Amino acid sequence: MNFLNQNWWKWLSIGVLFYVLIAGLIGPVPRLAILNETIRVLYFHVPMWFGMIIILTASMVYAIKFLSADDPKLDHLSVELANVGVLFGVLGILTGMLWANYTWGAPWSNDPQQNAAAIGLLIYFAYFILRGSLQDEQQRARISAIYNIFAYAALIPLLFILPRLTDSLHPGSGGNPGFNAYDLDSNLRFVFYPAVVGWTLLGCWITSIRYRMRRIKETLEE
Amino acid sequence: MRIILGIVFALLSNFAIAQSVEMADQFRSEGKIYVVIAVIGTLLVGFFIYLIVIDKKLSKLEKKLKEREH
Repeated sequence: MNFLNQNWWKWLSIGVLFYVLIAGLIGPVPRLAILNETIRVLYFHVPMWFGMIIILTASMVYAIKFLSADDPKLDHLSVELANVGVLFGVLGILTGMLWANYTWGAPWSNDPQQNAAAIGLLIYFAYFILRGSLQDEQQRARISAIYNIFAYAALIPLLFILPRLTDSLHPGSGGNPGFNAYDLDSNLRFVFYPAVVGWTLLGCWITSIRYRMRRIKETLEE
Repeated sequence: MRIILGIVFALLSNFAIAQSVEMADQFRSEGKIYVVIAVIGTLLVGFFIYLIVIDKKLSKLEKKLKEREH
């Protein structure tokens, strides 16, 4: 019973994701040319990016917290959040390429949003390389926390501003990428918002496991 | 000889027609629903691989912990 009380959000994640899977596959969606049934990818591909942004925001917040409080626990939480955020980003790119192959005709069409997302991920890859290259624990934690803040500051314009300056191939874009194409249909929202919550909670779950493992590792090495 | 050639040509032409008509349409048929399924599959594979990696790391940690206890 204690497990259920403390970990209600894990159960919520499971429940919501099952709802998303079922309602996402059989629920009503608008009939749009070219998109066809792939509009349902909205519930699986797009939440990867929303989840990534939420998780990387948390990572940045913990990096700032670490810099002010100097508690290694905060640094560990920040790293693991970044780890899972990048996982979401990689899965977002992979699923996006798969989808683009059947809608845009090629996995990679140098779409501004696609390129920007790839650059954003590369910036975060550099974060892990930076961490790996520093030996001193204190130094590693501090420098990588500062880099984390800068990486986040670079990611936001890459994802939200630059693609809006040109026309993206993404559905709903041209002017303001987002929900223009879906605004017509509120059916999508009933599944999309839960999908974002469900996938993000799954990411938090994986993060918590990685964080606890890191704590064990640290106590073992002491 | 003629019959054999006839059969070969018949087969070839059949093959050619089949080729021109059946263009890897599987994923494009039925409103591209298979693309959605492939996307969900990719996500599952991705998360599973990630979990397997974490699992292996945890096993290593457990091994270390055991060594320490002895």
